[in-house]
Amino acid sequence: MQPTILLGTRKGLIAYHQSKSRWEVENVSFEGQPVSIAYADPRNGTWWACLDHGHWGVKLHRSKDRGANWEEVPAPAYPEGEEVKDGVPATTRYIWAMMHGGRHNGSKLWLGTDPGGLFRSDDGGDSFQLVESLWNHPTRKTGWFGGGRDLPGIHSIVLDPRNEDHIHIGISCAGVFETTDGGRNWEIRNKGLRADFLPDPETSVGHDPHILVAAPSDPDTLWQQNHCGIFRSSDGAASWQEVSQKEGPARFGFAIAVAGDDPGQAWVAPADSDGNRTAIKGALCICRTDDGGKTWKECRKGLPQQNCFDIVYRHALVSSGDSLAFGTTTGNLFFSPDRGDTWETLNNYLPMVYSVQFTN
Amino acid sequence: MPTIKFTYALKRYFPALKDEAAEGNTLDEVLREMETRYPGMRSYILDEQGSLRKHVNIFIDGAMITDRMRLSDPFGGKSEIYIMQALSGG
Repeated sequence: MQPTILLGTRKGLIAYHQSKSRWEVENVSFEGQPVSIAYADPRNGTWWACLDHGHWGVKLHRSKDRGANWEEVPAPAYPEGEEVKDGVPATTRYIWAMMHGGRHNGSKLWLGTDPGGLFRSDDGGDSFQLVESLWNHPTRKTGWFGGGRDLPGIHSIVLDPRNEDHIHIGISCAGVFETTDGGRNWEIRNKGLRADFLPDPETSVGHDPHILVAAPSDPDTLWQQNHCGIFRSSDGAASWQEVSQKEGPARFGFAIAVAGDDPGQAWVAPADSDGNRTAIKGALCICRTDDGGKTWKECRKGLPQQNCFDIVYRHALVSSGDSLAFGTTTGNLFFSPDRGDTWETLNNYLPMVYSVQFTN
Repeated sequence: MPTIKFTYALKRYFPALKDEAAEGNTLDEVLREMETRYPGMRSYILDEQGSLRKHVNIFIDGAMITDRMRLSDPFGGKSEIYIMQALSGG
């Protein structure tokens, strides 16, 4: 297990570190500022803070000494004249995803934003450029729309460790897109998904994958917690199969995590329906499947089982080895050392948690 | 007469809501007629200035309307008008 948990919260970046089986706060940075994503680059240990200043716009900072010192770098910016749709200028409203660009080119980084632009850096994050091939995709202006946020946003960037030019992204609302040539061309990968909120639920574009992840041990197995259920693909997103429970809680939610050593083991954090978006019957549970989504087990031991309203946002449930962690909308942080069988509370008094990441 | 279809989310507030035909040559007229059948419903869909609420979408024959301010998108007698919720929040 990696011994650090990095949190992006509504009131700052917070890092927990475990030593001698105790979790302690190692660092608090940007206190009071919304951190949409806190990201640690596994290649070099650089920490990134994507800030969402209410008054001053979206900002980007990095630290090469675990949060002791931070350096601001230019935030991604849309070129002059670009529009979300006709008459609506495109400006960076939120950074919703960050991913390193692979180990062969240590300077490459990807950012996903609201209103729907993917950005790429080739200089370690000193500068970012809009990926125009995706921005100019013929479906964007007419087929993408807001989900979770008012305008379309890219919240998932999934890099294939076998081939760094092979990337899947998740967009709310548009769906899953794939490039196999480093971002020059993009294909739609929504076959088998369902969009119950549209007149045509089997539309090619307009789906709402809340989060998209790939199994580290088999990158052709992808999972998504979608607005309309849980879906799995075993063919690199060429087709999707629903694996939601018909009656049980594993259906609606935002987050999903996959085991590092088993493409068939995954966890979701169920919420009570699109309409309510609260914990189901006032009780928190994480659901785990060990068989690729055929069956789901409810993990509740150590989690609050009454008077609970928490839900778990899309970037706030993660796994590392046997360990799991998740943060909630009401500022609770939970840790499991045994793949969800038991849970301990690390904090009940955090700000709303937007992102959680295990790192070294 | 166009057919009006509603998101399941609105049925929480208007349990009797069902897909049905409605009189009207404009979206505004259609929604005013719906208001007479389901009193209070118009304010769930439009704000007090008559614009479509931010987290509501209307589709005419599968295409999202473009004029959210004045609701001037045209439709025909056989059109299907979908009133859907946008997916917002969390």
